[in-house]
Amino acid sequence: MEISQVATIAGKEFWDRIRNRWVLAVALVFTVFALVIAYFGAAQQGAVGFRSIELTIASLVSLVIYLIPLIALLLGFDAIVGERERGSLDLLLSMPITRFELILGKYLGLAAALTFSTVAGFGLVALVLARQIDLAALVHYFGFMVSSVLLGMAFLSLAVMLSVFAADRTRASGLAIALWFFFVLVFDLLLLGALVFSGGQAGGEVLPWLLLLNPADVFRILNIFGMDDVRTLYGLATVFPPALAEPWLLTLVMLGWIAAPLGVASWRFRK
Amino acid sequence: MESTTPAAAEALGQAAARPPRDAVIEARGAARHYGAVRAVDGVDLAVARGEVFGLIGHNGAGKSTLFRMMLGLVPPSAGEIRIAGAAVGGRDFRAVRRRIGYLPENVVLYDNLTGLETLHFFARLKGVPAAGCGALLDRVGLTHAAARRVREYSKGMRQRLGFAQALLGRPQILFLDEPTTGLDPEAIREFYLILRGLRAEGVTVVITSHILAEIQERVDRLAIMAAGRVQALGTVQELREQMDLPLWFEVRVADADFAAVRDALGSLPVAAIEARDGHVAVQVRREAKMAVFAALATLGDRVLDLSVREPSLEDVFFGFSD
Repeated sequence: MEISQVATIAGKEFWDRIRNRWVLAVALVFTVFALVIAYFGAAQQGAVGFRSIELTIASLVSLVIYLIPLIALLLGFDAIVGERERGSLDLLLSMPITRFELILGKYLGLAAALTFSTVAGFGLVALVLARQIDLAALVHYFGFMVSSVLLGMAFLSLAVMLSVFAADRTRASGLAIALWFFFVLVFDLLLLGALVFSGGQAGGEVLPWLLLLNPADVFRILNIFGMDDVRTLYGLATVFPPALAEPWLLTLVMLGWIAAPLGVASWRFRK
Repeated sequence: MESTTPAAAEALGQAAARPPRDAVIEARGAARHYGAVRAVDGVDLAVARGEVFGLIGHNGAGKSTLFRMMLGLVPPSAGEIRIAGAAVGGRDFRAVRRRIGYLPENVVLYDNLTGLETLHFFARLKGVPAAGCGALLDRVGLTHAAARRVREYSKGMRQRLGFAQALLGRPQILFLDEPTTGLDPEAIREFYLILRGLRAEGVTVVITSHILAEIQERVDRLAIMAAGRVQALGTVQELREQMDLPLWFEVRVADADFAAVRDALGSLPVAAIEARDGHVAVQVRREAKMAVFAALATLGDRVLDLSVREPSLEDVFFGFSD
């Protein structure tokens, strides 16, 4: 593999997103949402103003879990199929570059853009909050940012994979939305349905582990188990095997969710 | 994954040292099947170094697929293609790719980049210093638009930029798919001037075109494809002879004396003879050409003017592809 080829492709993807202000727009969305949640999250309970970092993160998690997968899928779905449909793929592939380098470059460039937006958007909020919270809370918040980046990268990997499989852009965008529905809305309902249908008996032990099959759930567990307050709040502590509270295991699973779809994409693209 | 080895680059160097008729591009039984469709069905070809080689055929004849196979964009279902000694798509092919220039049909570049940025991007991928990009833009007459985004380019400007891209890194082999589409006559002339210069430098060129009249004066040899196969291969003259298409003599005689011409031709195997405004048109088979000349010479100075019209590439093409 030639790193320079990967870097050339990645650099183009990244600067394209900077130049068309995609990075700026997404960062602004994250900043505004995070600020609103931090300061007005308790408005329904009649309180306005910043409360605790843990409650802020808990609210942010439920926002990010919808938003980041959607943004990542929309960012990556036409990475390959878009070049193919516009007719620029043949010229790219006639260059001294392998298909793996092309996919990896595309992925890394887009991942850099998404990461930059996420870190800039939420980082700005951290600066605003810094005066009101202690170091431990900042570390929590930092953990939330890192897991958000991982979540984005996992869904971006899925997006690049479907952009290799899809026959055209229209189908790719449809598939992207379908994936989002499945992982963000349907998956948990299916698990819950299975649990209820079996009267809470079948699969009670296995069910928590099945959550690892969904990067969005991995993200949720990663953030919620890090915090005592929230764990109690959600009443989840007793249901889950303690092993699932290990951040290193969850991070490993997340990295698997980043690598596996990319691997499949690269295998398919070489066919 | 391909890895870079100097072997293929050396092969290119060796190709340069070989006699000029040695093949830089070789296809042996190259085939590409899509299910039951035989897009390319066993093609054998050899293109010599420094040759301008034309590939013509109807849409769907298989020339685009063959083109894409030569570039390693489509793997062959059977057979093999070698370029500069390296198997297309094989381990050594990456080094060969650095020496290949490619202009796709209806080239699509990135709208959001400027002309110069476009060349910089492809130069980086080819491992070519960016310093030469400005000169290349100048060569295709786009210096004035270097800082403008491709979005604002006309069709012809895009085609020129695509051509400049193909010339990055002084390629030894050029693949040009319908390169003059969208160019005005002046630009077409300039394009072929550049091509002539490249040929003089020993660059091998494979070119397709729908405009047969344009290509017939500019290729050394050509292949006519139909139904995935090479139906005919050779110089334009060789193809004419293979096809054995009749020639037309156009004779202008004193007093428009039709009968005199007919009598002079006597018993020669003439396919057709007709009087057209002021001259006599005679269609004969190629082998009777010199006999017709001799017969017409007997008319002495009664012949005011004489011209022989060879069948055009178009006639040849339709002869082979129908």
